[in-house]
Amino acid sequence: MLIFASLAFGLVAVVLGAVLIGPVAIGPGTVLRISAYQLLCWLRPGLRSLPRPWSSSHEIIVVDVRWPRVILGMLVGMALSIAGCTMQGLFRNPLASPYTLGIASGAAFGAALSIVLELPSYTLPALAFAFALLTVFIVYRIATARGGVPMETLLLAGLAVGSFFSALVSFMLYIAGEKLASIVFWLMGGLWASDWDKVFIALAPILLGTGGIFLLSRDLDLLLLGDEQARALGVETERVKRTLLALASLVTASAVCVSGVIGFIGLIVPHLMRILVGPGHRLLLPASCLVGAMLLICTDTLARAVIQPTEIPVGIITALLGAPFFVYLLSRRKRLLEW
Amino acid sequence: MMQLRIKGISFRYDSIQALEDVTFTAVGGEILGIIGPNGSGKTTLLRCINRTLEPQVGVVLIDDRDVTHLSRREIAQQMGLVPQDAAITFPFTVLEAVLMGRHPYRSILGGETPRDLEIVNEALRLTNTLHLASRPITGLSGGEQQRVIIARALAQEPDVLLLDEPTSHLDINHQLEILELVRRLTEERGLVTLLTSHDLNLAARYCDRLLMLERGRVYALGTPEEVLTPANIRQVYRVEVEVTRHRSTGILQVLPLSSIEGDRV
Repeated sequence: MLIFASLAFGLVAVVLGAVLIGPVAIGPGTVLRISAYQLLCWLRPGLRSLPRPWSSSHEIIVVDVRWPRVILGMLVGMALSIAGCTMQGLFRNPLASPYTLGIASGAAFGAALSIVLELPSYTLPALAFAFALLTVFIVYRIATARGGVPMETLLLAGLAVGSFFSALVSFMLYIAGEKLASIVFWLMGGLWASDWDKVFIALAPILLGTGGIFLLSRDLDLLLLGDEQARALGVETERVKRTLLALASLVTASAVCVSGVIGFIGLIVPHLMRILVGPGHRLLLPASCLVGAMLLICTDTLARAVIQPTEIPVGIITALLGAPFFVYLLSRRKRLLEW
Repeated sequence: MMQLRIKGISFRYDSIQALEDVTFTAVGGEILGIIGPNGSGKTTLLRCINRTLEPQVGVVLIDDRDVTHLSRREIAQQMGLVPQDAAITFPFTVLEAVLMGRHPYRSILGGETPRDLEIVNEALRLTNTLHLASRPITGLSGGEQQRVIIARALAQEPDVLLLDEPTSHLDINHQLEILELVRRLTEERGLVTLLTSHDLNLAARYCDRLLMLERGRVYALGTPEEVLTPANIRQVYRVEVEVTRHRSTGILQVLPLSSIEGDRV
């Protein structure tokens, strides 16, 4: 419990820190006052008539730029971590990630389609989301054609369908012309275009999916023992796997459609937390959520701060930091099968 | 007394007939050993009984209740399984691993009740693993791990205990220890215990009755003396043996002499 208290405290600190930092220098006091004011107004609309001793541009930056970005980072980091945790448990494989079933390629295709065809901007998350889920659906149908939910076949089908959509994305890049840059930028993943709309798009499905996965945490533990033992202990393995796949896909698709393809968070955070709280998912899942949120906010803040006034896509930072860290984790493992 | 009745079970994998018309009854307090060469259907039979496999034909009855009509949860409340090679590769503690045996009794939101902990404690005590409770299961010896898996099965509060080659990875000391434990639990709890084994001597010593499978069919069923005859073993295992009784203990002993060349007739 001490661990959770410190993690929760850490998250609060990281959130506040991230809101205070930005290319436009605004005093910490002003940021906090603006935030408190907006929160109070939201709770009690009558307070809007109070005086506001700060510039309106600062208010817009804090309220409509920084806060949605931090909150979206929190949601996406949480989503990718819990989805990664779920996939690693389901596949009993520490190399599984939220994108194992080709979901990223599908989403990328949807986003690229929207950009290349110059569709209205709201279609980008919609198409990304739709194609992400379509990909998983195709993969699932291919793998389960002969009955049951065979995880190895699922893995291979994910690889095949993912490659197919990757090829389509390459084709889109090839014909994109001057829109090439915006597709590439989206593919790298980032939170630069965060606004409240995106927060509200992602909020409900991510919280719903996360809650659903929490409820199945004990079943996930039992699935780690393998199908035969899980069944002998009363788990309806096929139904539980199906449900978990659906929830993890929902959560991943919701994250990807508002932030692009941010790598490594969903792979690393579950590993890290397994070292800290052990293999049981009742602790592992919430711990991963907290740390995933924290890590993405931190890396995103770094992404904003490194080359001011511009920024680099956070996906590059997570990969740059994540890959060496992953190598370190691998070197810690004593045996091949140990997590 | 509790009864487990298996009636006319047949199971096919794709084109292979793994089990054909297997019928027998086992009662509470007895250990029924299932023997037979590799591929004779021992493990398949256990899986069909707890319905981790669905037999195409046949029924399994626990005291006249048809297992087909039970959910997986309800089956798990009646039957505990100690699978072959249950090696757990994740560092759950022994307590966590045994608590998993309470899964079929827990609601989706509920945590461990005091009753769950009480039953788990009892299971740990019976299997002499209480002192290991907070150790990670991955750090235990083979014999200790096997006792933990048995404790987990006991935590399911089963009427039927299924053990798939419970002694295959163990040294002779731990083999005896595990089988003594199974013997004691079966008697104290009135369990119906089915165990598969490749070791005819151990099976003869610890089982009340033996079921000999040959290519998915019941070849012989009866006391160890009735089943373990040189003629039966020659036919089913293709091995010439000498069956004797130990002079002072009276324990049945099967001594393999030579393998018989050629296919079964």
